[in-house]
Amino acid sequence: MAHELIVPKEQGDNAMLSPKGMQRRKFLTLFAGTAAVAAIAGCSKDDSGDGGIYLGKDDIGILNYAYALEQLEAAFYTQVAMSFYSGVTANEQALLTDIRDHEIAHREFFKKALGTNAIPALEVNFSSINFSSRDSVLGTAKVFEDLGVSAYNGAGMLIKDPQYLLLAGKIVSVEARHAALVRDLINNGSFADNTVVDMNGLDKSNPPSVVLSAAAGFLKSKLNASGLPTS
Amino acid sequence: MNIHHIITELEKVDPEVYDRLDSRRAVMKSFAKFSGKLALAAVPLALGGMFKKAYGQSTGTILDVLQFALTLEHLEAEFYKKAAAAPNLVPAGPPAGAIATIRDHEVAHVKLLQDTITALQGTPGPMPVFDFSAGNGSNNGPFKNVFTDYDLFLAVAQTFEDTGVRAYKGQAGNLISNNDVLTAALNIHSVEARHASHIRSMRRARTNNSAIKPWITGKDTGGIGAAVQASYDGEELTKQANIEIVGINGTNISANAASESFDEPLTKDQVLAIVDPFIA
Repeated sequence: MAHELIVPKEQGDNAMLSPKGMQRRKFLTLFAGTAAVAAIAGCSKDDSGDGGIYLGKDDIGILNYAYALEQLEAAFYTQVAMSFYSGVTANEQALLTDIRDHEIAHREFFKKALGTNAIPALEVNFSSINFSSRDSVLGTAKVFEDLGVSAYNGAGMLIKDPQYLLLAGKIVSVEARHAALVRDLINNGSFADNTVVDMNGLDKSNPPSVVLSAAAGFLKSKLNASGLPTS
Repeated sequence: MNIHHIITELEKVDPEVYDRLDSRRAVMKSFAKFSGKLALAAVPLALGGMFKKAYGQSTGTILDVLQFALTLEHLEAEFYKKAAAAPNLVPAGPPAGAIATIRDHEVAHVKLLQDTITALQGTPGPMPVFDFSAGNGSNNGPFKNVFTDYDLFLAVAQTFEDTGVRAYKGQAGNLISNNDVLTAALNIHSVEARHASHIRSMRRARTNNSAIKPWITGKDTGGIGAAVQASYDGEELTKQANIEIVGINGTNISANAASESFDEPLTKDQVLAIVDPFIA
């Protein structure tokens, strides 16, 4: 099942920015030079053409990267809470609803903080998830939460402004609380087992490239992370 | 990892690297000194620290943070070691398994921090004498039954974990110049949050109190009370970067959800005041 989030009209219907759009091809023909094409690709922050949605560079890029992940998580839990899997307990409903609200809060925070620098609402692809199955829902939640923790942990060193680093820190520990809870719901006691915590007692950290390739399977929208810092 | 190769490569782009590093011999000697006993994970930290030093950034602040973190990890490691060894405290089965998991992580954190401090040419601080009754050494403080009363033990464990999360968060900015140390600290920070979540779930299940959640609501102590309030003060924040989270962008986000969504930092001084009663 693919879910379309609220996509602003100008981004959803802009054929010029669509990879399949005839108008794009015509448009490009008018500027039949590679330099012009490169200039177009470089100047549009919402370019959803072949290069994908450009996240931006430096701290803005990292904040958009986080915004993208929070959009994915919020969309997932919104769907979960709209129609809970069969056999859900009252305890699970309460906790998963809380998590949904936290992820929405994170998503909306980034949207507002980024303002005009924010990437558009993303289209998700949840066709691999069976929302009526506890195993499928909690299994996916575990993947998202562990991935989110590793993403924030890996992004810390890429952030320049200490205030943004602190904000990432405020969010990542909440994601880690979610991750532990979801893991405990699946298998009590697995909150920090050796599949996520190593012999030195360290959680995982992953660079954006690893995180985004794992997230790509759940996203219809393509993301362009080429501007993100690497160190 | 081939240290010689890295130094040689660095020499190509920066011929003065040896002036910065004192001398090639000194560098190699310094590595040889600890490479045998150093945990593998600490080697990149050591390398990063060495270059930071060579290129003019002081390791003083970073060492201060690591020493502070070491004190907290000692506190947690000793606490769980004593709890796991206390007769008839932690029930066998899942509870004992969870406490053993957490204990092992805290012990590993102590070792990693000690190795990293050594690698950065510091001397790991000694383990303080602890008084887990919170009696400043009298062993007769408000938590004097912490190793015989299981619920009290879980309450103190929750407080230590939540405080630890806040303590690491408060130090992240001080580590921003050293990618390796910062990443290691973040990787510890999220493990402490996983611990906090699990201890809170244990308390939620035992007390059948749904107000105790894996996350922190407002500045609620989870029924523990005034003795630990300082560990939760400030968590009730609903504004982040001057943005109000309650009802943000037309959503129904409540004040509780807004506070739960973001964990808050504590300063070093705040944390030291919190742990002071636990140190003799």
